[in-house]
Amino acid sequence: MLKTSCLNIPFANPLVLASGILGVTAASMHKIIRDGAGGVTVKSISKAPRTGHPNPTMMGNDTYFLNAVGLSNPGIENGIAELIQFKKICPAPLIGSIFAGTADEFAELAELIAVAPIDILELDLSCPNVGREFGEPFAYSASAIGRITRETKAKVKVPISIKLSPNAWNIAELAKMAEAAGADAITAVNTVSGMAIDVRARRPILHNKQGGVSGPALFPIALKCVYDIYEAVKIPIIGTGGVMTGEDALKMIMAGATLVGVGSAVYYRGADVFGKIVAEMTEIMKQENIGSLDEIRGVAHGIM
Amino acid sequence: MHIPQMLSIKKITDENPFVKTFWFNYNLNSQPGQFVMLWIPGIDQKPFSIAYDDSAEFGLTIFAVGSLSKKLFELRVGDRVGISGPYGTAFSIQNDTHYITVAGGYGAGPLGLLTERLAATTNSTVDFCVGARSADLLLFKDRMAKLPHTTVQVATNDGSAGHTGFITDILSGLIQKSHGKKIILATCGPELMEKKVLDCANKNNVDCEVSIERFMKCGFGVCGQCCVDPLGLRMCMEGPVVNRATANSISEFGNYHRDKSGAKIYY
Repeated sequence: MLKTSCLNIPFANPLVLASGILGVTAASMHKIIRDGAGGVTVKSISKAPRTGHPNPTMMGNDTYFLNAVGLSNPGIENGIAELIQFKKICPAPLIGSIFAGTADEFAELAELIAVAPIDILELDLSCPNVGREFGEPFAYSASAIGRITRETKAKVKVPISIKLSPNAWNIAELAKMAEAAGADAITAVNTVSGMAIDVRARRPILHNKQGGVSGPALFPIALKCVYDIYEAVKIPIIGTGGVMTGEDALKMIMAGATLVGVGSAVYYRGADVFGKIVAEMTEIMKQENIGSLDEIRGVAHGIM
Repeated sequence: MHIPQMLSIKKITDENPFVKTFWFNYNLNSQPGQFVMLWIPGIDQKPFSIAYDDSAEFGLTIFAVGSLSKKLFELRVGDRVGISGPYGTAFSIQNDTHYITVAGGYGAGPLGLLTERLAATTNSTVDFCVGARSADLLLFKDRMAKLPHTTVQVATNDGSAGHTGFITDILSGLIQKSHGKKIILATCGPELMEKKVLDCANKNNVDCEVSIERFMKCGFGVCGQCCVDPLGLRMCMEGPVVNRATANSISEFGNYHRDKSGAKIYY
């Protein structure tokens, strides 16, 4: 009932682990598949290892989750070893994720990671937590997104998905530009910029001061982004941002998503949240006589 | 909610020349083996095991080894730090059992708290085994010696107190001595010491509980930094304290761990 095909890759269900939550190691990603996900996205990888920001890097309350991990990762060499190990122990679809400081570096890194058995490559050009070091120069620039997409596509055969920022007021335009430049899919959205302050400490809680907001507070923002992007492009969308429940996942699909990224829900409902969401989706689909996700994809647009 | 609470340091006591305990008036309601995250704004936030918790106050016993703990050693009574938790799994507390707790370094903290709870709430007996380089560095020897049905066992590398050598040298002897009783080995300390304790438990076929430390960012199961191979268990949630079967299933235990970036570091 939940079987989904995205870019001709079969997924047992549309739920994929979003990049940056768990997903540091092959073993951790395999556990997420055992817990019910249809696919996984590795935590974003850079050329050299990075330790990320000092702590606190994450915090959460009932309405939002906030993080500024600072793109810590073991570097491309160790990262590829984990991706190879994952495919050795698990046949589920694997989404690679990379970030870099320039279009040239994106293309170079894509070429390196393409030796790993990844099914889709996500370009994380919209992390809100590393300021001008990465992300920000590209996240809001249609021309930069076009250039990175084109240069990367020229180097690799693996389908690429461009991960966009909800901070961009013109996210649908950016998605259109990515599509025109050859992107195979859009991942929408990254976290939205935010901050928390501790009154007694009189300081921002995150060491990085600002961070990315996810969790329930991000959901309506992400849903609108996916809805707008669906009207602008024909390529599939990995709808990500604040999905907590089966109901949320179905809303994402009705807005036009093909796959549904799940991240912070691990914080709110545990690592086995994937299985819970699958069960909830199945239950609602039975009640609503929905036979397959293809029946309802984009249905909220009223054009079907 | 996983947000630090700013708590005032109520007192600071010396445990040995290099180790202090920082006390807070707060009902943490923790179980022995659990940990808290301690935040000093602008510096860092790290996990610390809990060495004292009597529901009126709790104490963190700390070596000054990194930037955060060094900064903490500069703070005074009345200064505030951010505490979140308690997090993670705990050692079991069972009746009719002979516990052999094996501590190295700051591992004496959670095992000291465990031994206190066992003495106060069970009829179990305890061999509290603690090792150090020399007699002046031994932690909680006097604190444990006061407890009922508890025997303190000491080893020092230089022979200045107790057995000369490693604390793990005396384990088989202690197991033989208590045969007939249900035995649990509980260990916390340097991983290669813990591995020897686990090996000893396997050899003698007795229960074992091991506290496995891995690099943690969040402490509440989201960042994935503390996941261990090959099952991907999170040491902040499914650990740090794991039973013998789980410890045996963790192939990286005693072999390698991952650093702050996620790269493997072999022991």
